[in-house]
Amino acid sequence: MNHSDSKFSFRYTLGERTFGFVDLADLMAKATPARSGDRLAGVAAQSAEERAVAQMTLADVPLKLFLEELLVPYEVDEITRLIIDDHDKQAFFPISHLTVGGFRDWLLSDLATSEMLTQIRPGVTPEMAAAVSKIMRNQDLIIVAKKCHVKTAFRNTIGLPGHLSTRLQPNHPTDDLTGIAASMLDGLLYANGDAVIGINPATDNVQQATRLIKMMDDVIQHYEIPTQSCVLTHVTNTLECIEQGAPVDLVFQSIGGTQATNDSFGFNLANLAEAQAAALSLKRGTVGNNVMYFETGQGSALSANANHGLDQQTCEARAYAVARKFSPLLVNTVVGFIGPEYLYDGKEITRAGLEDHFCGKLLGLPMGCDVCYTNHAQADQNDMDNLLTLLGVAGCTFVMGIPGSDDIMLNYQTTSFHDALYARRALGLKPAPEFDAWLAKMGIFKNNEQFVLNQQLPDAFYKPLNRLIGGQ
Amino acid sequence: MGTDDAKNLMDSTPSSEPPSSEAVTENIWHKLNAFTDARVGLGRSGISVPTKHLLAFQLAHAQAIDAVHTHLDSKGLATQLMAQDWAPQSAPLFLHSRAADRAIYLQRPDYGRRLDDESARLLDEHQASYPQGYDLVIAVVDGLSSLAIEQNTQPFLNALFSILGNQSPSWTIAPLCLVEQGRVAIGDDICERLNAKCVLVLIGERPGLSSPDSLGLYLTWGGKVGYTDAYRNCISNIRPAGLNYQEAARKAFYLLKEAKQLKLSGVKLKDRSDDDLVIDTGHSTRNFLTASD
Repeated sequence: MNHSDSKFSFRYTLGERTFGFVDLADLMAKATPARSGDRLAGVAAQSAEERAVAQMTLADVPLKLFLEELLVPYEVDEITRLIIDDHDKQAFFPISHLTVGGFRDWLLSDLATSEMLTQIRPGVTPEMAAAVSKIMRNQDLIIVAKKCHVKTAFRNTIGLPGHLSTRLQPNHPTDDLTGIAASMLDGLLYANGDAVIGINPATDNVQQATRLIKMMDDVIQHYEIPTQSCVLTHVTNTLECIEQGAPVDLVFQSIGGTQATNDSFGFNLANLAEAQAAALSLKRGTVGNNVMYFETGQGSALSANANHGLDQQTCEARAYAVARKFSPLLVNTVVGFIGPEYLYDGKEITRAGLEDHFCGKLLGLPMGCDVCYTNHAQADQNDMDNLLTLLGVAGCTFVMGIPGSDDIMLNYQTTSFHDALYARRALGLKPAPEFDAWLAKMGIFKNNEQFVLNQQLPDAFYKPLNRLIGGQ
Repeated sequence: MGTDDAKNLMDSTPSSEPPSSEAVTENIWHKLNAFTDARVGLGRSGISVPTKHLLAFQLAHAQAIDAVHTHLDSKGLATQLMAQDWAPQSAPLFLHSRAADRAIYLQRPDYGRRLDDESARLLDEHQASYPQGYDLVIAVVDGLSSLAIEQNTQPFLNALFSILGNQSPSWTIAPLCLVEQGRVAIGDDICERLNAKCVLVLIGERPGLSSPDSLGLYLTWGGKVGYTDAYRNCISNIRPAGLNYQEAARKAFYLLKEAKQLKLSGVKLKDRSDDDLVIDTGHSTRNFLTASD
């Protein structure tokens, strides 16, 4: 655990030159496929050759070393303590003899069945997942993730193979209820919303969150929708909402991979445990008890000056240790939201989305992806089409759904209701079974197998729509 | 209307949109556009976005990209602000971050959070003349949309000072600080150097497709270099089509008053500015999807 100890520095001789890496963190960072955030942090490889050599060096590192050389000290970081204290040696045993390179071969091999991958999960640490992902190509990340099955449930069942769920995200810049309801209706009529109906509030306080939680609960009950709601407010706010009697389905929190990152977000693991217990006490789930919704994204640790010299993808993977401690219903990597200083262009966003999805799935998380970009990044709709398709092939748990890709509150572009239907048709991916049945019952889908929407406005929505726009 | 959603509402008033081809299914609920800027009821070609909406989106994206790169006219804005009756007596301070230009700004947020040497010296000199400091410094920062700053700064500050100007004891206000190529945290650098108790940052937010002009507010009590977001309170989406100036000013004043009293800001300072409003809880979640006739 002593970083200055010479036996933990790494060397690789190539011809007459020797490349050196100070410690495991340095080696991990330099082995990471190129991205702007690691250049910003000053931890990236200085040349393409140095990166390739770092990858070769990393491939020879035994997985066991990640249990000994801790990238963030145990004493100062509760996430390191979580990773080490919860590590399951028995689950680790089948892969304990492998190097990082050998682990890649094993994951791709027919030895690594879905059952086997489920079995080893508690033995895989975030750092092992991050390390192996760094030497995997995009297609490797896809095909292994596809083998990792992670099922969760609350009012419906999420993550079954051959399924893709969507978060209906009806954000509005002033939290106007008519505006929110309009986006909700649009989304439901385009067959979206089985992962969650989740609002990012424009005004972030307890009272507003309570109002929005009640509003969504009213709609879900009125139309008997087998889905769940969430207001994406701070965990301490949601806890207050619960204490005041609000009908909370899911507790939200943005999480990072170091304690200092989470300090900057204003919470710790004890806060999450308290909120999870409070949400469970409401017993609102009908087919399952996964009550947490987490969001992550590469770059958050550096953004909070809390990256401990690590590359951003390793920090991101460590956030998944936080997530899996609390058995979430959904985890969402908001991949392109943070901006070009962390992921510069469509190529870097695509790579990061596939890495996050792979690492999350390998660690046992119901991993979704906000396939997105901002207007100051070098990316466009075509990049999003590509990543959505790749993630659909990889068995991604859920993506966002928003009217026309335009989030008018958060000011970024994410996948649209139409995009989700594209992925369903192109790849044959169905919504959560309970929600699928509801879509048929309501007459939203005319043909659930072929993903054909009804030409008619479903009866249940005729009256409410007529109430609002009938006179116009 | 061809394959339009066939169930007519009321008398099926004809759409103002030009007739579409048979291949496009219109959505009768596109009329919800009257109630939101969200791109609802776009209709579909199969399950895909119809051509006219695809092209409209591409245009909006092109305009948003262009907006990111428009330069803030600090001098022009300062002249405009100094003509207001609430304007501080001292001359405004023109500041610049360590990001030399927009390209560097976009890739190096760390540079955008700190003042360049000349700006730091300017503030240090000012502080030497006013060592007693101020209750509040207002930093106007271009951020990612100079359009948001140029359009919203004056009306918002007019609304804020109509409340703040009437307080007793009165608040001492530092000279206006106008910052180019800045990020939110540069306010902490300014706050610390001017020995101000509190900083309010007005900053151009990330442009959206429908909102290239959104202003954000960030309040920090006792701002110091290195402070994280946990120390800040935020009010977002201030613009004509978003949170209006009076409402934003009311919320901002609430936070300022609470911060001054509690001597803190951020996560520990909850925005309860709406708690004393009279809200009929029986109808507060009312909307057309669940309202009864």
